[in-house]
This record gives sequence, structure tokens and C-alpha cells, in this order.
Amino acid sequence: MKILVSAKRVSDPNARLAISKDGKWIEGDVEYILNPFCENAIESALQLAEAHDGTETIAVGIGDDETARFIRQGALARGIDRGILVAAEEAEIDSDLIARIYQGIAYREKPDIILLGKQAIDGDSNQVGQLLAEYLEWPQATFASKIEIVGNEVIVQREVDGGIETLALTMPCVVTADLRLNEPRYASLAGIMKAKKKQLDELEIDDLELENTDVKVEIVGMSTPAGRKAGVIVKDVDELIAKLHNEARVI
Amino acid sequence: MSRILVLAEHEKGHVKKVTLNTLAFARQLAAKTGASIDIAVLGKGVGDIGEKLRGYGAGTVHVADHAELEHPVAAAWAKTLAELATSIGATVVTAPASSIGKDVLPRVAARLGAGMASDVVGIVDTAKGPAFRRPMWAGNLMGDAFIKTKVQVVSVRASAFDAAEATGGSSALAAFAAQPDLAKSRVRFVSFDGVQSTRPDLTEASVVVAGGRGLKPEKGGFGAIEPLADLLGAAIGASRAAVDDGFAPNDYQIGQTGKVVAPQLYFAIAISGAVQHLAGMKNSKVIVAINTRDDEPIFKVADYGLVADAFVAVPELIAKIKAMRG
Repeated sequence: MKILVSAKRVSDPNARLAISKDGKWIEGDVEYILNPFCENAIESALQLAEAHDGTETIAVGIGDDETARFIRQGALARGIDRGILVAAEEAEIDSDLIARIYQGIAYREKPDIILLGKQAIDGDSNQVGQLLAEYLEWPQATFASKIEIVGNEVIVQREVDGGIETLALTMPCVVTADLRLNEPRYASLAGIMKAKKKQLDELEIDDLELENTDVKVEIVGMSTPAGRKAGVIVKDVDELIAKLHNEARVI
Repeated sequence: MSRILVLAEHEKGHVKKVTLNTLAFARQLAAKTGASIDIAVLGKGVGDIGEKLRGYGAGTVHVADHAELEHPVAAAWAKTLAELATSIGATVVTAPASSIGKDVLPRVAARLGAGMASDVVGIVDTAKGPAFRRPMWAGNLMGDAFIKTKVQVVSVRASAFDAAEATGGSSALAAFAAQPDLAKSRVRFVSFDGVQSTRPDLTEASVVVAGGRGLKPEKGGFGAIEPLADLLGAAIGASRAAVDDGFAPNDYQIGQTGKVVAPQLYFAIAISGAVQHLAGMKNSKVIVAINTRDDEPIFKVADYGLVADAFVAVPELIAKIKAMRG
């Protein structure tokens, strides 16, 4: 079995973010982390590989040379077998083009399962897995909280509004990881040493023979959200109840 | 002529409120572009839902009633919605950014060759036409997404739009002959395990009582805030930290990567107020924060802050509200 997994580098939303001069992206001292949902996807791929002998795992990252470091440290050091880096300028690609890049890689690698993070915490679009599944005409299970392989089916529990839905997908398929899927492991020292020697192929988008590299969505402006004014600190529960009853009139 | 197709969301025979929020978005967009609005209802045995939506000013309510649409399997729903959109010449396809909308709409976009903007909270005029404002980086920044394709797909953050009121009148009702081809999708629906709750749905509740990492299970955990929720008829929510620590189920999670709510009254109890949590609740009308530390960021967005131990303050609050109500 072969599992393809995403290793996306994201700028940390908890760090200071400055809007770039052209107003279309961010700039300055950006702190990067591996997308947390990709960490869940990577962990899941490793667990499936441990449970099913003969599974090969491949991590894919799209970005610049810095992204290669995240593939090595975030994926290969944790135990993913090899990596693929597709060279691209992050600010110049949209979810649709990312999905088509993955589609191109899927045609080359022919994986049985593509495991992606449910969304990247920079763009927060939550589209790539679903777009990819449609482009490949594969079944999908988004927001996975449990993944099991039984025969040729992947049984996925999904966290949806109001409960848990269980779907059985026939491979090949696309699954996107939610937070509760697992606790990502730390890379061991031995893993970090091994990762330095693991295969990491570098591709250009042109190598994937996509029909075109047009983007469908463009960010034309960025702004900071309107702030909310801090209110008052009340001294005790009595004052809180008085405010809620007399001033806000909500209780 | 541009035409907006709104996917209605429904549950157990009633129209979910997020549908009306999405209709409000559609009306705003229609007012800018002169578009007409159509509504799509997908499911099994959903004729009643179609009937209930005839009073909202849509040109036509299209009902795709099919056994294979009983469960919202993305491939089958996307195929049906995309084929309906094509058949009526829709230029915008929109749905709430609920777990169904998030799952289905990108596949619709892929089928239609359309660009998509997710979780849209507003419409911005640009020289090229309307762009869609959406939160990025956990809500720290807003991006204006301009979709370059002729057909556009938009998922709507329901909490950003007030529910559309019925306008009276009576939309045409049309049956759409869906061909979901569920078998070809290679997906087998196994089960849905619904959360049994007598409390209102988080995204529909007018009062939300949310707890955070400070609600340590050994001190009483979420059990401490449940009576407050019961008293106020509120839904219960949680911060991601509380969910991560296993204090509350994921279904409770409020934030950029969980549910987004905007109730009349929001209690943030023992929640520090991480950016990603604020993104999910800061549009609430009135916010109350109770926390032992006065320097937590939650106090920067709260209308009323109380620096206190939740395990002491919440029982007192409950007792005194009861006493006040006699």
C-alpha cells in the first residue's frame, strides 16, 4: 500500500502578522510552523503503515527551499519514508492549483490513500482535499477522527455537525485529518539523523504536466478585522447580574 | 443575467437557521449584481422543506428528492448540485460553511471549473466587481478574495449575516431529476451517531455557555457550567484547549477551526481567549468572561469581565439568577 501525505508549512497565526505593501499577503519576520492538521495526517499515515506491512509513505510539500526543511523535520524525521517538494511561490497559488498539483503527483505516484490536513491555518480555506477528490473522481472523507483499513475499504469516522458520521471508502481515496484523529509523535533523535539521508525529490510545477497553472482566486486586499472594545471589569457576581439584567437586558 | 443558487440545509424536517443566514448573504450579493435567487433542496422525502422555503423571495425552489441523497455524501450531493446549477445557468453557488457545505462545495467548484471563496463574512466592492471578505490566519487578518471564473462558489459564515426574513409571496416549486450515481462514488454510508442533547444547537442558540482549560475535571469540569446552560436554555461550547485536553467533545469546539457562533449572550468561563477561539465568538452581542487571571486576552473582548474562580462564581451566579427570577 502507498500513502501520500501533506506537509504544508504555514505562517504561525499566533505570531505577529504584518500585511505586505501590495496589500495581498503578509511580510516581515514571519514565524513558520508545520500545519497542525498536516501533523495529524502524518501521524495517521505512520500508524497505518505500522499496522499494515509493506506500506510506503510519502510526504508532499509545496513551496520554497525552506519548505524542504519542514518536510525533513516534520515528516521524514517522524518516520515518513520519502519526500517530494514542488517548487512554488506560496502567495501565488490558490487552493485549486494546489489540488491540481496533488492530482499531478497522484498520477505519478498512484497512491492508495491521500491523507491531507483538513485545512491550512494560514489561508483557512478547507478546500484542497475535496477539490482533489473531485479532480481524481475518488471518494473522500473530510474531518476524520478515526481511520481504519478493513479489506480494501478505508473506514473513516467524521466529526460533523451534531455527531459522528462513519463512511466506508473504497481505495484509492482522499481523507482529511481533524485534530482529534491522534496525538502527533515527536521525532526521535535517531529519526532526525535518518531523515537527513532520506530521499527528497524536487519537482517543478511544469514537471507535472498540468493543463495550465492559472489560479481561480486572487487576494485583492487585506485588512485587520474590526476590533471589539473591551468592556468593564465587574467586582462581583451581584454587579455582573445587575449589568446583564439592567444594562445589557439579556437575562 | 446572473443567478445565485443557495443550497438549503435542513434537519429532521425543519429548515436550519444557517440557510436563512446564507439567504441573507445571497440577497446582499443580488442587490449589488442584480442577480435573481434560486434555492436548492437536496435529500430524501424533502418536499416539505421545499414548501417551507417558498416564502423567501426566490424565483424557484428546486427540490432534488432521491433515495441516494438521503445522507449528504459529498460526491453524490456535489454531482446533483453542480448539474442543477448548470441546468439553470447559475453564476454563483452558495451554501452555509457548515460541515456539509465545507464537504460538498469544493467538489461543486471542481465540477463547474469555478473558483471558490470559503467562510465568507462580507462582500467588498472592487473595480473588477464584488470580492468576498473572509477571515484568514485564524481570523487575525481579513482577505478579500476575488474569484476570476465565470461561475463562482461561496461558502458563507452564517454568524456574519442576520437571518433573512420571509418576504411572503410564493416561489415556483420545481422537481429536479437528480442522478446522484452513489454507487459510482465508491462511498458506503455506514452510520450517523447523533449527539443526544436536549440543548439547542450551538450555531442556533441565542445563549452559549463555553468552558475552557480552566475547568479541570478534578474540580468539577464542565459539570460546573451545565446547570448554568440549563437555567438559561443555552448551548454548551468549549475552547480548543479544553477539547484537546479531553474535557469536552470536539462537537463543542468554538473557534476558527471549529464552530463559529454569534449568540445574543456568550459566557466564556475559564477560557484564556486564544486568537483562534476569539475568531469563533467575537461577533457575539454580549460577552461575559469569568477567569481567575485578569491579564487574559479574553477580557479584551468581553463586555463584562469577572476575575474569579469559576467553580465559586458560577454556582453563585446560578443561585442568584434563580433568586432574581423568584
